[in-house]
Amino acid sequence: MRLTLHGTRGSMGRAGPETALFGGDTSCIDISNGEDSLLILDAGSGLSRLNQILNPPPARIDILLTHLHLDHLQGLGFFRPAFSGDVEVHLWGPASSTMTLSERLSRYLSPPLFPVRIRDLPGLRFHDLRPGTYQIGNYEVVADLVCHPGPTLGFRISHGSKTVTYLPDHEPALGGNFPRPGEWTSGFDLSNSADLLIHDFQYTADEYEERIGWGHSSIPHALAFANQVGAKRMISFHHDPDHDDTELDRLHQAARDSGLSFELTSGQTGLTVDL
Amino acid sequence: MAQHPIEMILLKQWASLIAVPVWITDADGRLIYYNEATEEIIGLRFEDAGELSAEQLSEVFVLCDLDGSPLATDDRPLIIALTKQMASHRRIRFLRSDKEWREIAVTALPIIGEGNRQLGAMVTMWEDKD
Repeated sequence: MRLTLHGTRGSMGRAGPETALFGGDTSCIDISNGEDSLLILDAGSGLSRLNQILNPPPARIDILLTHLHLDHLQGLGFFRPAFSGDVEVHLWGPASSTMTLSERLSRYLSPPLFPVRIRDLPGLRFHDLRPGTYQIGNYEVVADLVCHPGPTLGFRISHGSKTVTYLPDHEPALGGNFPRPGEWTSGFDLSNSADLLIHDFQYTADEYEERIGWGHSSIPHALAFANQVGAKRMISFHHDPDHDDTELDRLHQAARDSGLSFELTSGQTGLTVDL
Repeated sequence: MAQHPIEMILLKQWASLIAVPVWITDADGRLIYYNEATEEIIGLRFEDAGELSAEQLSEVFVLCDLDGSPLATDDRPLIIALTKQMASHRRIRFLRSDKEWREIAVTALPIIGEGNRQLGAMVTMWEDKD
């Protein structure tokens, strides 16, 4: 599998010279494997970077949406393949007990919040996703609900012998007493012994104390979680918009200096990882 | 042991922080947690009881009707919540671990996830002061 990060910023975009290294676009990753199967994780503003890269786009694209907060959707209305009737863009997002995925997405993809209506994107196909195991393209995808406000999925994606877990918005420490046994830990089964864990890295420990319940991890919690699940490698993700490149470099170095049982890779836009 | 669904993890975390008795079972009726407020009523720490299957629960916790007659399994609020997916309330007597009979009121609620996933049940209880 080859993963490319197109947006690693959390909550809102933050473009500028102070964020040029880590990037200002919000959540988006593509996964390819040399076969005719393209999987995209989330549709944040980073999705628009794929307009230039997918030229021409494949006949089918699958996008897994962890949840429907705007920083994970903003790129959808600017994703050119969705406007083409020649490309099937399959959207897989968390089911809700009240409305379909299409109905909920329509709340954003319609005036006055957005000029384009969802019906103007003929390529879109909708799949309301519940916890379970799915075959999407030539990937096995395990979806499960994780700790974040509103229905939010995490994904464990396998191809061949390699496994990637994607938990961009995740607060496993909510309620205190963390780390706790695996059976009582959000995201544990999804992440257990993953070759690569892509995980929420939003807050410092001090920032987290003022934002408990907002659905994100402190950096110490993210590192403890990766250690607990036995991840081989972790990519930091969903960087706080107030953390500029200098601050993020400092935070990553401090994390590495603390002595980790896994490899910590800085989640920077444009990074490509082969598994 | 497999990870519990997030709904049950959050329920346990919430229960561990409040002073209202909460007892939680999984969809099979297996006791997976009760909080300190419940420990005070039943006289047994969860760490000492541990997780118990539905069959083990019947052996450890002896329940009866207020008149002392046996309480049929199907009439127990927890069983009603699990099998009929509806809330249930009843006053009962039970035998504490110190062999003292107590009267309590019990309310059980089914825990149902999105997509009608049957996740388990929660029970709250309080001593009947009447």
